[in-house]
Amino acid sequence: MIMNDKIYSGILKGTAILFVVLFSGFIGTLATNSWESLEIFGLGFLSGREWNPVTVQFGAWPFILGTLLTSFLALAISLPFSLATGILLGEYVKSPGLARFASVFVNLLASIPSVVFGLWGLAVVVPLVQRLQMVLGVPPYGVGIFSSSIVLAIMIMPFMASMTREVLKNVPESVRHGALALGMTKQEVVLGISLPYVRSGIAAGVLLALGRALGETMAVTMLIGNATRVPSSIFSLGNTLASVIASQFNEAESDVHRSAMMLLALVLLSLTFIINAAGRKIISSGAGRNHGRI
Amino acid sequence: MGAFDHDEGYRLRVRKNAAFTWLVLLPSLLVLAILAVIVLTVFLKGVKALNPRFFLETQKPFGDPGGGIANGIVGSVMVLGIAALVSVPLSILAALHLVEKSSSFLSTLLRLVVDSLQGIPSIVIGVVIYAWMVVSLGSFSAFSGGIALALIMIPTVTTSIQEVLLLVPASYMEAAISLGVPRWRASLGILLPAAKSGILNGVGLGIARISGETAPLLFTAFGNPFMNLNAAKPTGAIPLIIYEYIKSPYADWHEKAWGAALILVAFVFALNMAVGARKTDKSR
Repeated sequence: MIMNDKIYSGILKGTAILFVVLFSGFIGTLATNSWESLEIFGLGFLSGREWNPVTVQFGAWPFILGTLLTSFLALAISLPFSLATGILLGEYVKSPGLARFASVFVNLLASIPSVVFGLWGLAVVVPLVQRLQMVLGVPPYGVGIFSSSIVLAIMIMPFMASMTREVLKNVPESVRHGALALGMTKQEVVLGISLPYVRSGIAAGVLLALGRALGETMAVTMLIGNATRVPSSIFSLGNTLASVIASQFNEAESDVHRSAMMLLALVLLSLTFIINAAGRKIISSGAGRNHGRI
Repeated sequence: MGAFDHDEGYRLRVRKNAAFTWLVLLPSLLVLAILAVIVLTVFLKGVKALNPRFFLETQKPFGDPGGGIANGIVGSVMVLGIAALVSVPLSILAALHLVEKSSSFLSTLLRLVVDSLQGIPSIVIGVVIYAWMVVSLGSFSAFSGGIALALIMIPTVTTSIQEVLLLVPASYMEAAISLGVPRWRASLGILLPAAKSGILNGVGLGIARISGETAPLLFTAFGNPFMNLNAAKPTGAIPLIIYEYIKSPYADWHEKAWGAALILVAFVFALNMAVGARKTDKSR
């Protein structure tokens, strides 16, 4: 019997160690595989403006800029809509049936695969953007950074909306009732009491949504136009770190090319780690700090 | 009442309040409308492609009539099956470690690994599995695709299993151990069965999460226009078919991409609803 307990404990420990080893190996693989291009290009890789497999010149700047542009633009487009939806569900909809329906709906939409959003974007968003571009007098590519951002914004909306609704649940009903009893209007309660109360939770939700947007691959690959030059405006064709890997990895023309893409993956991973860690830090430290203080 | 009616400040506040309500309501309705349009577009465009041959035949060269996505359906089942077989036992063991030895150093480390895995973009997982498996085995394969998806599935499943294990009353384990049941039998015979339905939910959510993943399959399962049942060979998958077909210049293939998207979305929705329905049954 004691022997069996030891074996059981050993199996659990073995699993935990396996996870740690696999994860270290994961990072190690990225590091060793990108070493070749890191040796050639050094830290200048990050600021290099040219990505040319023919001349074997690789710099990540067009894709870093493309990633940041699409993600932040998506966040900006999405924020007012997701906040409104989250506030509606968290502050205005009080019927449990309606709230349940809404949460099921939001969950389902969050589960639509990225490749389907890409498909939909090509069929619906791209023609609309094309029309807008003709009105504005810019080249009517349709695809590009702007179209990607719109679809990305729609993709992160369910997540940000349900995050906002969840944190609004943390506002004690007594505080809301007290404010209403003092004669505040609903709008004053939401803007003056509830939102300030949960601001750190919302900030964390925004960061976690950003972390998702940065690494989002398929929809962006299908919509961004896959150009390897530095984007000059939000209507430019471009590429993100993820989309250039998705579109070029299988057709890598040399070892250096493949190694440069491993380095792109490492850059992308570092970016998302930093953003996610910041989000989690706000969650763990902010939750306590806001208590009793509005 | 009368006194308030003449109060300019009060009226302004009431008007501001009404305006704010619309400011909240209108964007929400727009979000709802957009999302409804997405689901409707997928349904209307996808349903045109559906017929028995679509499910039963493999890819035909362009121009030949018929042809379907049977290779993708079988490939997806194979890749998802491998992913589940690999990730579910590992996730259960990891969750047991997190719950039973929650304060140990190894658990802290394990939690960090699971959290970090959760945040890794799926394309990066594809790249690493390519380096691990495709390079060393010399070929794209269903097996490497399954492993890539398993890595994505593990954090979701581990976290949700850990949550349901924590819900099992401590008295169950205490009673078992005080009766002299060895620790391992109490864990496997009492803790896990008590959490069985929660574990199934977690696995369902995990599979729903990975069934639409495309990026990590590009460099691992790769895709295959023919029916393939060998896990060591390149394999098609429904998401890969959507991506490949919509990139093609043929209208017929575009229609099939929408058909495949409809099947994928219907599968993911059904799985999510099943998990949701089980959860409400539990709470009643």
